[in-house]
Amino acid sequence: MAYGGYEAAGAAARRHRAIKILLAGGFGVGKTTLVGAVSEIKPLRTEEPMTENSIRTDNTTGVERKTTTTVAMDFGRITLREDLVLYLFGTPGQERFWFMWDELALGALGAVVLADTRRLADCFPAIDYFERREIPFIVALNCFEGSRRYEKEDVRVALDLDPGMPIILCDARSKESAKEVLIALVEHVLSVADEPVSR
Amino acid sequence: MPSNDERWLDAEAGPVVRPYALTQGRTRHAGEAFDLVATVSATRGRVTDPGALSPEHVSVLHLARMPTTVVDIASDVDLPLGVVRILLADLRELGLVAIQAPVPTKPRQIDRNTLREVLHGLRGL
Repeated sequence: MAYGGYEAAGAAARRHRAIKILLAGGFGVGKTTLVGAVSEIKPLRTEEPMTENSIRTDNTTGVERKTTTTVAMDFGRITLREDLVLYLFGTPGQERFWFMWDELALGALGAVVLADTRRLADCFPAIDYFERREIPFIVALNCFEGSRRYEKEDVRVALDLDPGMPIILCDARSKESAKEVLIALVEHVLSVADEPVSR
Repeated sequence: MPSNDERWLDAEAGPVVRPYALTQGRTRHAGEAFDLVATVSATRGRVTDPGALSPEHVSVLHLARMPTTVVDIASDVDLPLGVVRILLADLRELGLVAIQAPVPTKPRQIDRNTLREVLHGLRGL
């Protein structure tokens, strides 16, 4: 049987560009809200890592003995143009999910670390992760009602961020605000792209 | 009295992991690794043995008639990402899909023009 309807080989010349943006932050910090505010949200399930006995790559011996847990990821899609699509991935901050991050980070445009000023420490692991891998990121402070408006510079000190690192205030529920966060990230990536890469 | 796990884990029971039942228990795919935003496109390849494809393979193949990313397929067929990767690798082995790496494959390799286009696109939302 043949499957009709696919794109003609010659027409595939126009390359579809898929850009990844990571959204990191602790549990309950508003990642799902932000993804939903600015993008077409889509369900995406992944699994927790397998045990070592699945390492053999042979088709029949790679049978896994351990049951795995399926976890939902925040995943959103923003079609900027027909051939240019942004994919937002919100990843849980807990270490057990970090197996996903290495792959997500590869080739990613950059990352947004969403922080709640009442629980700033929750975003330390994410900041550490991006700094180590030299992945450009910005910090967005989700301003929850009732939370004290911190001065950005207080947050910079608390998170030990470089002076040039953008910190912006946002309301994850607002499309405009979520958009501003993404714009700030892209502007930051463009500005660091100007600097010679150390090494 | 065997425990619940042991009862199901004899050789005849076969693989017991539910999502991975669709992959005959395989948790790793064959061939070259591909990114989750890699673009999948159905080829003009023909299925010589229709029995080689499960209904899930067919669903995935159907979604790839137009170039689509791995994550979009996973989301649309509502199967875990790991399962979809294995199904896609099977289809690739059969020559039914081509999987193309996303444009930037290393950190900080997105060119400035693309960044500007993204910026422009976001501002226009």
